[in-house]
Amino acid sequence: MLLDVAISCAAFLLLLAVPAVALGSRPFASSLIYALSVIPLAIVAVVGVSALLGVGEMTTAVLPVGLPWLGSHLSLDALSAFFLVVVGLGGAVTGVYAIGYGRHEHEPWRVLPFYPAFLGAMVIVVLADDASTFLLSWEVMSLLSWALVLAHHRESEAQKAAYVYLVMAGFGTMALLLAFGLLAGGEGGYAFEAIRAGKRSPLAATAILALMLIGAGSKAGLAPLHVWLPLAHPAAPSHVSALMSGVMTKVALYGFIRVVFDLLGPLEWWTSPAVILLGSTTAVLGIVYAMMESDIKKALAYSTIENIGVIFAALGLALAFKASGLTAPAALAFSAALFHIFNHMAFKSLLFMGAGAVLNATGRRDLDGLGGLIGRMPVTSFLVLVGVTAISALPPLNGFASEWLVFQSVLKSPELPQIGLQILIPAAGGLLALAAALVAAAFVRIYGVGFLGRPRSEAARQAKEVDRFSLTAMALLAAICVLAGIFPGLVLDTMAPAVHAMLGSQLPLQAEQPWLTLVPITESRSTYNGLLVMVFIAVSASAAAWMVHRLASRRLRRAPAWDCGFPNADPATQYGAGSFAQPVRRVLGTILMRAHEEVKMPPPGDPSPARHTVHTRDLIWEEIYLRIASTVNVIATRMNHLQFLTIRRYLSLVLFSLVSLLLVLALWN
Amino acid sequence: MELIVNLIVQGIQMALVVALAPLLVGLVRKVKARLTRRRGASLVQPYRDIARLMRKEVVLAENASWLFRVVPYMVFAATWVAAALVPTFATGLQFSWTADLIAIVALLGSARFFLALAGMDVGTSFGGIGSSREMMIATMAEPAMLLTVFSVALVAGSTQLSTVSHFMASPEVGLRVSLGLALVALIIVAIAENARIPVDNPATHLELTMVHEAMVLEYSGRHLAMIEIAAALKLLLYISLIACVFFPWGIATESDSLGAYAVGALAYFAKLGAGGVALAVFETSIAKMRVFRVPDFLGVALMLALLGTLLLFVSRSL
Repeated sequence: MLLDVAISCAAFLLLLAVPAVALGSRPFASSLIYALSVIPLAIVAVVGVSALLGVGEMTTAVLPVGLPWLGSHLSLDALSAFFLVVVGLGGAVTGVYAIGYGRHEHEPWRVLPFYPAFLGAMVIVVLADDASTFLLSWEVMSLLSWALVLAHHRESEAQKAAYVYLVMAGFGTMALLLAFGLLAGGEGGYAFEAIRAGKRSPLAATAILALMLIGAGSKAGLAPLHVWLPLAHPAAPSHVSALMSGVMTKVALYGFIRVVFDLLGPLEWWTSPAVILLGSTTAVLGIVYAMMESDIKKALAYSTIENIGVIFAALGLALAFKASGLTAPAALAFSAALFHIFNHMAFKSLLFMGAGAVLNATGRRDLDGLGGLIGRMPVTSFLVLVGVTAISALPPLNGFASEWLVFQSVLKSPELPQIGLQILIPAAGGLLALAAALVAAAFVRIYGVGFLGRPRSEAARQAKEVDRFSLTAMALLAAICVLAGIFPGLVLDTMAPAVHAMLGSQLPLQAEQPWLTLVPITESRSTYNGLLVMVFIAVSASAAAWMVHRLASRRLRRAPAWDCGFPNADPATQYGAGSFAQPVRRVLGTILMRAHEEVKMPPPGDPSPARHTVHTRDLIWEEIYLRIASTVNVIATRMNHLQFLTIRRYLSLVLFSLVSLLLVLALWN
Repeated sequence: MELIVNLIVQGIQMALVVALAPLLVGLVRKVKARLTRRRGASLVQPYRDIARLMRKEVVLAENASWLFRVVPYMVFAATWVAAALVPTFATGLQFSWTADLIAIVALLGSARFFLALAGMDVGTSFGGIGSSREMMIATMAEPAMLLTVFSVALVAGSTQLSTVSHFMASPEVGLRVSLGLALVALIIVAIAENARIPVDNPATHLELTMVHEAMVLEYSGRHLAMIEIAAALKLLLYISLIACVFFPWGIATESDSLGAYAVGALAYFAKLGAGGVALAVFETSIAKMRVFRVPDFLGVALMLALLGTLLLFVSRSL
């Protein structure tokens, strides 16, 4: 029943592309399509929640579409249900935002047909129960999002982004194809049921894990396969950016979890360090790049990479604990990963929507052209502040609750029997702590330069508050951030069936704890109560303010800024994006990005201005991708003369290769 | 009945930390003055300063937003809640389970985050320089702090400060290399986080060397008073933290009698005094660092904390 509802919603979304094409550029088209997309996604979210709460049974279905005689298998289990909530909630709120945001689109017909179908494809990925359905819907999701990245196809940046994205998506899907080929084995049972029953050698299992890290990892943004993400996510219209960062990366993680935790069966313990290390280094790299980036949407995209790193590190921890049979710590790490997936959906979508609102109001994405928005767009600024606080993992909001769980699972590492993991995990924990501290710095920079201070451009000075739909959507997500932060136990209890389905164990029931405290292991070990922290801060802050105003003084005078006696009216004298990043750039950027500063002083007597330039290099792009590209180029140039042979030579080439292939075949047998 | 007693004890702790914090600052200033052959201001001078600031009017920059006016109270509240959750004279207080050590670190992180935002709000170059440097120092100090938490938690098997304190007070702990390394790391972090010499100078008004003071340059009146109290609370918090984890002698437990609480309180005052004097001696005997030497200094803390953690994996008894 629930599954049928979810499938109908997905079908409705896919079919919504047809009227979207037909309506084309009519003025009401965009509001209509976005509004229509909200309803099925809200239903999908409700379906997910009810499946998790155990209302209605979880079923499978076979649809007579897809490959001939095979059909497509779909099923709804606890893990799918959890991701249905993520996709449904993220998609529905984005739809509400888009009703307002979409009006500003110059060429809506380039966005409208792809948008609902993209969401429908993501729902199908989560429901897929055989390899062909999974891969087909995955590829549809990739291609539709590619089309959305190309919505502003006249900008050269979008063209480059779309090209890199297409190449990387193709590469990722190839890895997934190979992974499912290995999973199905010689018998070729491509239904998930058959794959689950199959047996594989440890070597094959390791190869599948590596292929999944490449296939799903590249879609999620795992370093060093992340390069397309900071190009493609910002190039799309902002509501699509919110979907790509907030929801599509989660669908990629779903693919990874489904294969590695569910289909693959047991893995050796020595496979987990790769996942943990990749995750934690991705986290640090992503956020250092975000710290250096002065385009607000690109910085947000880099921060997505950081969060994906944290989630992968937690999943790696779960793998390590699971391999040693420590079910309770495995459940803790896995719950932390799922919780962070949910939280990241909420705050990253919120922040991209905020960036979109700023883009609409000012037409600018560079931090150095913004500033002073807190006075001009007060509601947007407040809501973005909630998102910024949540993503910086500050109590009492939701980002902290999930980071806290990750750190708690890091602290369980002494129970592991392997000395290698015992040493590796605290080091990875150190990297995660560094990343967490850098996140706060990066978001102080984004918010402080973008929203606070004095306006740095005329456009920022004239910014106006955005429409009500956008504000409603952002307010919904901000409310989710606050509620999930102060009631983390309820969220964890709701997602517990998904954890149980993957690991056979789950966290202790949190709702029974007094005062709704979060107690992942035992009370004497570690507890955290977001609700009380929130109440204490609110009460003591308001009590202090009330007392001070009542008993001391409430007088206030407005005057020019003090600035040590030399205020300068030019807004360019404020700290900007580049100057705020300077300390961290000098400390970490010199190592990770080979950053160096160049000062050009004119000779004495020359009145021309001095110049200060910062050079940074993207080492992963230059050392890996450009090298591969140049190698391919060299080979292609060498092969080029094969195009200009005579027909006799071609015939002899064909004969030669045929004979040699037959020879190989003969020797093989 | 028991609940009421517990609530009263918790309330006493909350009042105690906020009442003692300016005195601690006064003590450090006094000892520093005496060490440099000055007479120094009276011990209660910080109270007078705060009272004076409270009575004065606030001079607010013309373009300051609501955030600028709310932040002082939020910073004070977050620091106060954090300070109230660290065991001072007794463990196992009514609300001690609200947040463990990691959450306390994060609460202080919240306070710093909002203060750094406030530094950016008016849009002056001094605010920006202060905020960016403060966040740079935090990016090095916070991982060192968390690794220290890791090594303490590995020894004690908990991140709950009451449990840790109990465990550390038990005779089975003894002297350990890893804890020694963690202690040094924590002291370095505490110096950096409290903007003390050699990382920052709380008394400076030379613009280019300021970090914390530059960030709060635009504040005046009652807002500045709240920030000053919060800074004093933070210093008290770190000394209490070091005392309750590494020197938990005399600390009272929840089931103890009134006498034990009195002993705990006396021991706590002695520890605070010792901490304050030690800080003053350290500050007088060292020169301030250039700002870009600070990461090296904090890198030492990071390495020590990591080393302490790794030693515990080599042998649980080190």
